[in-house]
Amino acid sequence: MKKRPGKALKKGKRMQQDKIEPASAESAPASKTLKTRGKPVIAKGRVAEAPAAGDGAVEIAAPKRRGSSHVPQTAESLAKKQREISVSEFFAKNRHLLGFDNPKRALMTAVKEAVDNSLDACEEAGTLPDLLIELRMIHEERFRMIVEDNGPGIVKAQVPKIFGKLLYGSKFHTMKQSRGQQGIGISAAGLYAQITTGQPVRIETRTGAKKQAYQCELTLDTAKNQAEIVAEKDLPEWHKDHGTRVEIEFEGKYEKGRRSVDEYLRETAIANPHVTLTYLSPMGEKTVYERQVQTNPEPPKEIKPHPYGVELGTLMKMMRSTGEKKMQGFLCNDFSRVSTGVGHEILTAAGLTPNTWVQSVGPKEAEALYKAINATKIMAPPTNCISPIGEDRILAGLKATVKAKCYVATTRRPSVYRGNPFLLEAAIAWDCEGMDSDDPVTLFRYANRVPLLYQQSACAITQAAIDTSWKNYGLSQPRGSLPIGPAVVFIHFASVWVPFTSESKDAIANYPEVEKEIKLALQDVGRKIGSFIRQQANAERDAKRRQIFEKYAAILATSLARITHRGQIRKTNEKAIQGKAAKINYWLQKIAKRESAAADRLVKGAIQEVHEAVHVVEDAVPKDKPEGQ
Amino acid sequence: MIASIKKNDHVLKSIARLGEDSIDEIKRQKNPSVDIPLRNLSNVNFNPKKAIIEMGKAKQAREFFNIGMAKKYMQTFLVAEKCKDVLDEGKTVSIRDLYYMSKSTIPGTSENTFDEQDESDPIIEDLEVTADALREELGLYASNKGALVGEITIRDSGDTIDGRRMGSGGWSIPSICEPNFIQFKRCDAKFILLVEKDAVFRRLNEDKFWKSHKCILVTGGGQPPRGLRRLLYRMVNELKLPLYTYVDNDPWGYYIYSVVKQGSINLAYESVRMAVPHAKFIGLSSFDKERFKLPDNVTIKLLDEDIKRAKQLLEYPWFQKTPWQKEIRNMLKLGYKLEQEALSKRGISFVTEEYLPKKIKDKDFLD
Repeated sequence: MKKRPGKALKKGKRMQQDKIEPASAESAPASKTLKTRGKPVIAKGRVAEAPAAGDGAVEIAAPKRRGSSHVPQTAESLAKKQREISVSEFFAKNRHLLGFDNPKRALMTAVKEAVDNSLDACEEAGTLPDLLIELRMIHEERFRMIVEDNGPGIVKAQVPKIFGKLLYGSKFHTMKQSRGQQGIGISAAGLYAQITTGQPVRIETRTGAKKQAYQCELTLDTAKNQAEIVAEKDLPEWHKDHGTRVEIEFEGKYEKGRRSVDEYLRETAIANPHVTLTYLSPMGEKTVYERQVQTNPEPPKEIKPHPYGVELGTLMKMMRSTGEKKMQGFLCNDFSRVSTGVGHEILTAAGLTPNTWVQSVGPKEAEALYKAINATKIMAPPTNCISPIGEDRILAGLKATVKAKCYVATTRRPSVYRGNPFLLEAAIAWDCEGMDSDDPVTLFRYANRVPLLYQQSACAITQAAIDTSWKNYGLSQPRGSLPIGPAVVFIHFASVWVPFTSESKDAIANYPEVEKEIKLALQDVGRKIGSFIRQQANAERDAKRRQIFEKYAAILATSLARITHRGQIRKTNEKAIQGKAAKINYWLQKIAKRESAAADRLVKGAIQEVHEAVHVVEDAVPKDKPEGQ
Repeated sequence: MIASIKKNDHVLKSIARLGEDSIDEIKRQKNPSVDIPLRNLSNVNFNPKKAIIEMGKAKQAREFFNIGMAKKYMQTFLVAEKCKDVLDEGKTVSIRDLYYMSKSTIPGTSENTFDEQDESDPIIEDLEVTADALREELGLYASNKGALVGEITIRDSGDTIDGRRMGSGGWSIPSICEPNFIQFKRCDAKFILLVEKDAVFRRLNEDKFWKSHKCILVTGGGQPPRGLRRLLYRMVNELKLPLYTYVDNDPWGYYIYSVVKQGSINLAYESVRMAVPHAKFIGLSSFDKERFKLPDNVTIKLLDEDIKRAKQLLEYPWFQKTPWQKEIRNMLKLGYKLEQEALSKRGISFVTEEYLPKKIKDKDFLD
């Protein structure tokens, strides 16, 4: 899938330039029988019966069915088989692209999509998020997920669109830092539920204290890419003034560990210290991650695309859909950082004039324009659209969740890749409780405050961490791997557009500008932690020294007292000698303290406060397992 | 014995002063340190005029508040304390006794003040040089090592020892050979012969070599101990006898001769009262195999460590005389060493009847 469709991919527009090959050779309409973990599952939901031309449909060429016929196909016979499939139909077949490839991962992805949606909604409404996440185990392989927020709620008419339509959302059409990007997530979870259990998605939502709450159950018509309401009613009472509750039942598998729901929520709590998360696990454990800071992050600002970040196809789409009549206006008003002068420069270089009609620009001219844009020096995009978490807030999040001896954090200044502003933040929790000092550090990767749990080795963050020379900061590092140490390394990539390697949003693509910034952020925290590691080493060394001095001082004091006694030592003067020895010993201990002063720091400072926020103490910090899917 | 206590008063004072200096520094909250003269090659000089090895002036500060030295610092004063006890009681103890007296478990740990005698012996030597008191003056002795037979009568702690009636083993030489313990009575010897090996000493004693050649026969069983060296010094100087050394032909044999003659590096401070600059090297020489027609099969190939040690000897200032350079280089050139016992190949008593008499008659020595 193209991961940067740009602004022009609007609802209802045909994705004509995208010829999509379904992964399955089976060309029958969204098969009712889908293999899940080797076991056929009958999809009971109302899955599209036949392809229908409609909104969000994609025209595809059905691949030839092997062995079905040896008769050469004619254009006409082929035409009979060629038909459109909808976007939702496509995703139904290619669910691995969205992170629903296996039951364990599906559980995590569903929670992630619901939580991301809730958090974005709360923040946009300016409410401090308070989320409840509950996983009820129906049986070993079937779960009911409940995610409830205190967000603004959803107006009745929007509910089916948000939960039942893929690629519907508020985020896709803007250049703005947010968790979700394409509006696929939560509806994909609904679609997955429908495929695996046939159960509709249940939504309860209320938009205000004076409004009635609304409850509905809906299924997805994959062919039409729209929801069908199975049941709906107004609720006379609801337990919150405003908010939304989603319940989805699907096939999944619950496991603890590095890439689990538990871990996802824990890492979410770290990067989102303004959130209170209450989590009821399928095992009945209740974990509460309390809010650590009392304000929402600064809301990110929306910006227009920067010319450097726009590809040719997108540029052409923008020209088709612009409200501007003339090229000068199009460039200056639909893009950021294009002044009258710069616009003129680009147009001249492209052989166009400011007054060229936008509609008159053909493909050839568009290509010239594209080249001209990239040959013209344009000011970098504004970077105030990025909203970092902030050093203090990262530290608050880490301290509350990861028990360690030292925490450091850094927020870099924004930078730009391909016209997209982005910003890096990094933090280290050093000497974490329960972690082995011979193991590699645990990497916590984030993109726009969302933890990335899969595809660690394919991620630019991991690569940058490996390429950073940690030895300079007192950490050992085997060639070509992460540094060794009992530490959590936290890295947050914030951008209006995160360059994920795939739609499942697991790993960040390796742009040189991006990797450079990640490395700079890591070096920043590396330097900070390095000085602590040195201090800690000094303190430990001095503690050992003090121990040695104290050990020998008493014996030395006695010897000194005795050899300086004039004449033979008798019982009568034994006491006086002992008194003298005690005095010498006292002086020696005083020097010992002074000579091993660094040891005091180990006792007093450096060790950070114990956290109280997590009520249920989790297992020891999980160790990093090698990536493998 | 009473006399010795009075004489050792200066030792007690010296030890007390070391303690007072340290206490003073500790009281002033300074890192206490003791300057200990270095006992290694870098701090010895060969005095060509006196022909002995002397200790230089270099000292090393032993500090208590230094992780590498803290224990040694404590040990130094612990040994000093035990020496004071010994002196206060007017007794002498062996260095092994002192090791046990000083050994204790440090309270609150499983660590001992000393683990091995090897640890306390160098501390004693440190104390000797630092307090300017010899081991004997500290009331310490080592176990007896070495034997003597021959034309001499000795008084040892009031008992008369007749060197002519010592049986096969000889008189066991004590580690303290100071005049207050050992006096020489009657001496009919014309020279002293020091042999390296006990077995050779027995051969010569059995053949009554000392009787036929009017001499005193001594052995140190390898490197001569301090008692024997002090005894040799006193016999050479008080009885005006020449001293010949007879050792294996290898670098270690050469070095036995060298220690007897000009003193050792480790105990350079003792040279002045132990070294015998007039001592002569009688053999075995690297030229002896040829001269005494020994067969090839008695040789032993030089080991790497032998070659290394020989090369070190070539560098020492006291081995710079041309005959010595020739001697050592010849051994290296031949690539083999010879044991004293190799002479037995020419007959059991070849050494007594031919080798030594010929060497002495011809004055075939190295100096």
